[in-house]
Amino acid sequence: MISSWKIRCFGACLLFAGSASAQQLSDSVKIRELQEVRVYAPRPVREISPGQTLHGKQLQRLGGQSVADAIRFFSGMQIKDYGGVGGLKTVDVRSMGTNHTAVFYDGIQLGNAQNGQIDLGKFSLENMQAVSLYNGQKSNTFQPAKDYSAAAAIYLTPLKPVFAEGEHMHLKGTVKTGSFSLFNPSVLYQQQLTKRTVMALNAEWLNTNGQYKFRYRKIGGYDTTAMRKNGDVNGYRAEASFHGNIPSGDWQTRFYYYNSERGLPGFVVNGVFGHIDRQWDRNFFWQSQFRKDLSRRYSILINTKYANDYTRYLAPDTLLLYVDNNYRQREAYVSLAQEYKIRNWWTAGLSTDYQYNTLHANLRNFSFPRRHTLLGALSTSATLQRFSAQAALLMTLMNESVKLNTASEPKKEFTPSLVLSWQPLKNEDFRVRGFYKHIFRMPTFNDLYYTEIGNSRLDPEYTRQYNAGLTYNKSRTGHTLETIFLEADAYYNEVTGKIVAVPTVSQFRWTMMNLGFVKIKGMDVRAGASVSLSDRLKTNARLSYTYQQAQDLTDPSDSFYGDQIVYTPKHSGSLIASADYGDWGMNYSLIYTGERYNAKANIPENYLQPWYTSDLSLRRAMRFGKTELSVTCQVNNVFNQYYDVVLNYPMPGRNYKAILSVQL
Amino acid sequence: MHKILFRILCCLWLLATACRKGDHIVPPVVTPVDEAGENGYLGFYLLNEGNMGSNKASLDYYDYTTGKYNKNIYATINPNAVKELGDVGNDIRIYGSKVYAVINVSNKVEVMDALTAKRIGQIDIPNCRYLAFANGKAYVSSYAGPVEIDPNAPIGYVAEVDTATLKVIRKVIVGYQPEEMAVVGKKLYVANSGGYRVPDYDRTVSVIDLETFKETKKIDVAINLHHVKADSYGDLYVSSRGDYYTVQPSLHIIDTKTDQVKKMFDLAVSNLWLSGDTAYIYGSAFNYNTGDWTISYNMLNVKTETVLPGSFITDGTDKQIKMPYGVAVHPITKEIYVTDARDYVSPGTLYCFDKAGKKKWSVVTGDIPAHIAFLPVP
Repeated sequence: MISSWKIRCFGACLLFAGSASAQQLSDSVKIRELQEVRVYAPRPVREISPGQTLHGKQLQRLGGQSVADAIRFFSGMQIKDYGGVGGLKTVDVRSMGTNHTAVFYDGIQLGNAQNGQIDLGKFSLENMQAVSLYNGQKSNTFQPAKDYSAAAAIYLTPLKPVFAEGEHMHLKGTVKTGSFSLFNPSVLYQQQLTKRTVMALNAEWLNTNGQYKFRYRKIGGYDTTAMRKNGDVNGYRAEASFHGNIPSGDWQTRFYYYNSERGLPGFVVNGVFGHIDRQWDRNFFWQSQFRKDLSRRYSILINTKYANDYTRYLAPDTLLLYVDNNYRQREAYVSLAQEYKIRNWWTAGLSTDYQYNTLHANLRNFSFPRRHTLLGALSTSATLQRFSAQAALLMTLMNESVKLNTASEPKKEFTPSLVLSWQPLKNEDFRVRGFYKHIFRMPTFNDLYYTEIGNSRLDPEYTRQYNAGLTYNKSRTGHTLETIFLEADAYYNEVTGKIVAVPTVSQFRWTMMNLGFVKIKGMDVRAGASVSLSDRLKTNARLSYTYQQAQDLTDPSDSFYGDQIVYTPKHSGSLIASADYGDWGMNYSLIYTGERYNAKANIPENYLQPWYTSDLSLRRAMRFGKTELSVTCQVNNVFNQYYDVVLNYPMPGRNYKAILSVQL
Repeated sequence: MHKILFRILCCLWLLATACRKGDHIVPPVVTPVDEAGENGYLGFYLLNEGNMGSNKASLDYYDYTTGKYNKNIYATINPNAVKELGDVGNDIRIYGSKVYAVINVSNKVEVMDALTAKRIGQIDIPNCRYLAFANGKAYVSSYAGPVEIDPNAPIGYVAEVDTATLKVIRKVIVGYQPEEMAVVGKKLYVANSGGYRVPDYDRTVSVIDLETFKETKKIDVAINLHHVKADSYGDLYVSSRGDYYTVQPSLHIIDTKTDQVKKMFDLAVSNLWLSGDTAYIYGSAFNYNTGDWTISYNMLNVKTETVLPGSFITDGTDKQIKMPYGVAVHPITKEIYVTDARDYVSPGTLYCFDKAGKKKWSVVTGDIPAHIAFLPVP
């Protein structure tokens, strides 16, 4: 039994790292890791259709600050970036809207019942092992119901301690510094506690004044350059995790604490080039995972989480409305996933999750909502030699209560999904894949209860996704062209009952309504290759391109009926090219975002220029005995292009960064 | 290899640069909508508010001498004004040879030549709201008075501005979050809303003596006051917005001889325009408890102080108007202009009705068309 597991385990760990992309084969770290764990590893978890992943070395090469810096290289999505180190960064996958993307941290969803948005700018890339994006869902055969509950999912997988023979401890220190007076030291400490238990401690401090120059100009008109101010951030993050193996199972537990104060530089308009608003965030969570095969056929996975998030927002400008609001969210979550192996190729799964959310705010006439969510996912997967499929049905029950005002009606939804993958040729890793998914997002607490805006009569916002695509991987060890991959997907999405803010009697009085209807037709293409020119010189490139037509079809009487929705380019893409020569490494990355409109109407007044930024970095690794040293120098936005991702929130021009890391 | 890589990069860079054109000033959109017909007025300006933070306050001009509507004229006439007209236009008035536009979030009153819309200068008044004029002076209401009295909400003030030098001469503290003003004789009446102090709305109209520039009294009217218009009989029409929950919007008449409220109507008044003996009123009443709003169009005879039967739109066009946001009446032809802000984040519509309430034409405007000022033949 164990010997057959060894082989499957090899495949599984590759999949575990997130993708079947062939480049991973060259990653020797992975292979070492799985040799270490094979004896105790539980039955592997299979994935039917892989997502997009950047991991390990690729992330290191990009040298980004937050996970948003990595995710922007994926296809089929846009990062909404308010600019600077501290600016809000959210992700919109396939134009369905930010709230439809779930973000998972080490396997468990990061919640924000208040506004449904996760600021990816707050999650450091420093301790990430892999960052993945899945359209539809991660098609694991064995996962919590939560993993089925969003239209798209991002998985952030922090580093897991892995020790080679004879190793018991790792210590790594990193300092990042550069433009914006950035000072960002971090330390990672990994320790083998017992034969089967390891621990990781990670702490990071980020301090920046966030200042940068920006420029607005018009041909034949004004040309002004100013300094973006009040973009300072002072943040701390501390994490502790414990991981262990038991026979046919494993467990882990993680504590996460983040505390920050930041300035909110706000919009830049005529006469107002800065704001003095401030925000404080305190996030804590504790989450645990336990997995065990109870018999040859039956396995369980238990997840638990408690999260406590505090936000204070202060608008102290005495010329305007004075605002000093604080919000506290609590979340408790528990999940039991079960898998039963009917045949070697056929499994059935039942996952049940329960989540409890509360929100407190010092707003006048605030509702103080509490939400109970019960999720049940029934799934079945078939994995034949050249054909795999997964069908799942998710049931969601939601019940809310409030201390004041009216609570929203209880909700009950059944939403199905289907994932297929077929390998037509026996000896080529060429696959045809497809998925269908019907899912929704619940209105957030803000949508329902925010004083003077919320509307407790809201229904969920539904999406339907149809996707067809193909993937091709080729790995030729020993050849110059070592690996190539190509992935292409075409899709059609519909968003119905889209929750939009609509004005009431004046432009300062809004309410939320289920009004919008959007149709999205798109295509994502990804391709990559690695070329080994000699033993010492290796190059690698990956390219992504996205085409999207996302039309607002809400009301035929509107002048913008059928127009491309706000901030969504028709064309966008990215390129990462890297070369490694011995201890030297070079990386070039390009992001391209085509022309967009900053409002519903596609008219010249709302036109936004295309933008594209090029980043360059050079890295040198050195080794002194057992000490590894690495120095990276980066120039970002090399051509100093000034642009707005979000109207009137200018982005930084050319900027620099140096990274020094020492590992014992 | 590095050479090849370099070449690839060069190609990509060229490809990329080829896609980015310069950022041009968006030219006006000229739409012929009517026959030329000058009836004592050359045209009118329409100030579009633009949604907050979008910097899309814009100026449109309808030219009676050509019958053409010119959308978005400011940036082309004033290309060197950094970040164009600004953020959230709140009022526009013509006085003498100048046109004054209150740009609320940009904290300024933009002053332009009335005939050309060429920028003359600006008056810096933080969080400014509305304009009134008398005796060569401009009066500007502002939310941003001193904060000593209430640390959480500044009390409001009115600035007196010399229209020749565009300098603030005097200031007077009024109520909380003052809105529109009206001059009757030697007195300035200011409607105070208290919108920053929810639920403790202000409920007064401040009376300012224009000579001493002191507040002489406060008239208690109703909560959350907004508009105030003077008729030719010495009366003021003051609108209250209610609280959007339980207190309904209403309209009040103040007799300026006694400075007392003499009549009250249970009428939702979002905006009103007085022309001759008729007040043209539209109201959109919203209630958070029920989540629905009702839109009404009314007329009121200011001489008899009675509501006239029927709407001033008589051909059913009102069903097309999603969100009425401004009303104006040509002083001579009595043509009625109604703006539709629609969803507040996309271009609005301006409707022109003849005096019988039949639609003559409509045209696309900037975002949130709101405030109209007629330009008389000099």
